[in-house]
Amino acid sequence: MHKFKTSCKREKLREIREFISNALKEIGFSENEAHKVILAVDEVCANLIIHSNKCNPTENLEIYVEDNKQGVVTFDIVDYGIGFNYSNYKEPNLEEIVRKRKKGGLGIMLVKSIMDSVEFSQEKNKNVCRLMKKFQCKK
Amino acid sequence: MIDIKTNTENGMLELAISGEVDASSSIHLDNALNEALSVHKKILVDLSGLDYISSAGLGVFMSYLQQLEKENIQLVVFGMKEKVFEVFQILGLDQLLTITDTKVAALVKIENA
Repeated sequence: MHKFKTSCKREKLREIREFISNALKEIGFSENEAHKVILAVDEVCANLIIHSNKCNPTENLEIYVEDNKQGVVTFDIVDYGIGFNYSNYKEPNLEEIVRKRKKGGLGIMLVKSIMDSVEFSQEKNKNVCRLMKKFQCKK
Repeated sequence: MIDIKTNTENGMLELAISGEVDASSSIHLDNALNEALSVHKKILVDLSGLDYISSAGLGVFMSYLQQLEKENIQLVVFGMKEKVFEVFQILGLDQLLTITDTKVAALVKIENA
């Protein structure tokens, strides 16, 4: 199990990517395969930092990466902010994003395309986003 | 973590973006494109030094598509690394922007446009 705890600041995204990159290397991901997975985790963390925790540096984000040894890696991203209501999430239409000059809305689309499973759950004041990715181990 | 260099030659602006564009640094890309589009009609964007782009950066490019069309501004992106190009491909953004492999090909596109 790989663990990382950081504060809810945008500037921390780079450290988060570095942590995920190191964890994936150790697990046996190829660089190419890792790139998209790092992106998906970055997208979720950016959303949680900016929207759920309003970039409040006193709030924390915890990331747990676990290799279940059967070609699946699980990423649990835990925060204590405003939970994301995934059941209300409607995939934006690209044309609409262009027309309305919106700069957001693409992140979750990327996460859904990259990962094999995306789940959000809440218990008490704790929110957990669980991402799962199947991979071909090069080891 | 993001570096933006500008160079004007023969009335054409070249923006060279390198490093990483994420939710923390995309504002710099946004400012650079905003400024470029307010002055120039022909813009080359060199992404050969770009190692990473997240949706925040993709969103910046998308947010200017309408302006490019309305104001008849030619913008060609070139030199993307395969891993960066794949990110543009995931959501089909490679179809919305003019993208070439090399600067030579980008110049041909922009001059013939």
